Amino acid sequence: MEKKKITIALAGNPNVGKTTLFNAITGARQHVGNWPGVTVEKKTGKRTYKDTEVEVVDLPGTYSLTAYSLDEVVARDYVVEEKPDVVVQIVDATNLERNLYLTTQLMELGSKVVIALNMWDLAESRGDKIDTRKMEDFLEIPVVKTVANRAEGIDALLEEVVREADKGEHHEHEVSYGDDIEKKIIELEKIVGKDSALSGKYPVRWLSVKLLDGDENILEKIEGSSVATQVNSVLSAIKKEDYEAAMAEKRYETINTVLPQVCVKCVKEVTFSDMIDRVVTNKYLGIPVFLAMMWAAFEVTFTVATPLMEFVDMFFGWLAGVVAQSITNPVLGSLLGDGIVAGVGAVMIFLPNILLLFLMISLLEDSGYMARAAFVMDKLMYKIGLNGRSFIPLLMGFGCNVPAIMATRTIEDEKDRLVTILVNPFISCGARLPVYLMLAGAFFGRQAGTVIFGIYILGIIVAILSAKLIRGTVVKGKPSPFIMELPPYRLPTLKASAIHMWEKGSIYLKKAGTIILAGVVFVWLLSAIPAPGVDAAFASEEILGTEDSLVGVLGHIIEPLVAPLGFDWKVAVALVFGFIAKEIVIGSMGVLYGTGEDEDALAEILTAGSMTPLTALGLMVFTLLYAPCIACVGVVKKETGSWKWTLFMVAYGTTLAWIAAFLIFRIGTAIGWGL
Amino acid sequence: MPHVLPLTMMPEGKEGKVVSINAGQGLKRRLVEMGFCEDSLVMVHRVDRGALVVVVNGTKYALGKGMATKIMVSDC
Repeated sequence: MEKKKITIALAGNPNVGKTTLFNAITGARQHVGNWPGVTVEKKTGKRTYKDTEVEVVDLPGTYSLTAYSLDEVVARDYVVEEKPDVVVQIVDATNLERNLYLTTQLMELGSKVVIALNMWDLAESRGDKIDTRKMEDFLEIPVVKTVANRAEGIDALLEEVVREADKGEHHEHEVSYGDDIEKKIIELEKIVGKDSALSGKYPVRWLSVKLLDGDENILEKIEGSSVATQVNSVLSAIKKEDYEAAMAEKRYETINTVLPQVCVKCVKEVTFSDMIDRVVTNKYLGIPVFLAMMWAAFEVTFTVATPLMEFVDMFFGWLAGVVAQSITNPVLGSLLGDGIVAGVGAVMIFLPNILLLFLMISLLEDSGYMARAAFVMDKLMYKIGLNGRSFIPLLMGFGCNVPAIMATRTIEDEKDRLVTILVNPFISCGARLPVYLMLAGAFFGRQAGTVIFGIYILGIIVAILSAKLIRGTVVKGKPSPFIMELPPYRLPTLKASAIHMWEKGSIYLKKAGTIILAGVVFVWLLSAIPAPGVDAAFASEEILGTEDSLVGVLGHIIEPLVAPLGFDWKVAVALVFGFIAKEIVIGSMGVLYGTGEDEDALAEILTAGSMTPLTALGLMVFTLLYAPCIACVGVVKKETGSWKWTLFMVAYGTTLAWIAAFLIFRIGTAIGWGL
Repeated sequence: MPHVLPLTMMPEGKEGKVVSINAGQGLKRRLVEMGFCEDSLVMVHRVDRGALVVVVNGTKYALGKGMATKIMVSDC
């Protein structure tokens, strides 16, 4: 028998356990992509329930379905235009009033709705009694109790969803707005109904309601239609602001008449969350607590990651050995061994570090603390022209800037988001650390730790000053006012946090598997093709990565540009390759100085006269500031949607790097330090 | 006689009723959707470093002072 197929959409406010429920329904069968044309993440998954194949689409978390933010537009367009068979709204049982506001909007959209009453156990444990039977009667919507983080109620929910999808007839639910507003709605319905293109696609009453609501997205749709002038004449005769607020309040009124009857409400008391908040958002304790949390997160990350990194390193060492032994064709062996294994290995070695940092961040996010951290940091962030929410992406930048820049999607204000993206690459990512480790280790001996710390601080300072500068010049305006929900604290589960970690971390893996792989093959090719006039075979031992290959030609072309910084052609080449991934700077210096993977030998050659502490410091600062790696540039283009801003970022960073390295070299030379 | 005052002026721990929101369309709608509509009860949890922690309808929000000054409440 052929299976039935239905599509359901998950809607809900932020922080109601929507993602957890999505994971509980679909398990591992999910696919993450983007909504067409926008950078909002789209997650879909599949689940077979009895004889029905259920495709689950996770809509962005929203408080309502007006066109206030991109998330809301995406969620709404999906429900209206794709017409899923059933919309499941996840409702936080501990917060019915606000959650039901979205319910009223879904009802108006004319979709079949099933409510998943999530976290009802929490609501009951604090003394609320919710009568789901009555709730179903009043709302005329099926209500199913769930506890997503323990995967309870999932089957009951699916049962109800499948039954609802099978129902032929469908009851239209309406919010009644009172005589005055209803009159206007009817007037508009008559006009809008005349345009068959509009009325075929959208519910007419909903369009009319949204027009009175002052919904810009719908106004635009009307603007291009045959009834534009008539609609505008109706709208211009009324005072829109009054209608807007009155309608929102009517919706709350509807909810408030239902609510007391379904929920024996709600003991007010100082909750556990309140007590924690007294400490972590305290005027004096807030920042120290925050710093302690961050310190602990980084400490755990590096302590646990170090042995794992050694393991990854051993694995790639072993793999290189296997490749060298088993492949007899020298060209292929060199491509695989010197190129791919060495290059990808250099990137993969940071995977433990990055995954652990993201796990720590996910744990803090899932517990509810990150919202408080954003709040604690908001005043500081506001001063530098950013918003409290900019803070988490900046923190993630210490792991890898690529997922960090993707994480800026939670920032609602477009300008705030743009500035956060543009300064993010100055936060020194994990890939730049080996460059500092090697150079500082070779040239600064016991001061190495201090020097590296200083480089990180320099990155933070440059990010702050750049944000201020960009805010004052090219992206004018004040950061948007801060409002953020502080969800109740919850004990994070390792499983949920691991899934969130994987969502962020797999971006890094994908980068290693695609862009960096292509990059290292390209670098290897350049270093394997003999320079014009050199009589040697392709990829032969004596020219590989030396002056006699194309790399040498390239290096000598760029050398004049970096000569004022005290860098020679080998460094120039290494920096060009660093654009593929910054950790390649060290790897390619190893190849160019003929020391290969042996970093101690490289350090010896460099300290013996190729470089001075001064140029080493200049190189570290240059590596910190100059154009971010190609994967990062790609993600900036994708997230800003603009080549102009992407090029601005590359040019700005590279110019800054050049000036900084120049100043270090010139001033250092002038005062005779570190020569 | 209850006074009408901006939310920022409310003492910590006090509850008030929202009277009006003097903000532009977008912001006003946003606030209403989050539960700050007329007659809803607001409790100021704490006033701190340029922001307020308030509770509306059982949900806790951190709110910038700039925004909070636009919410007029009566102390009751």
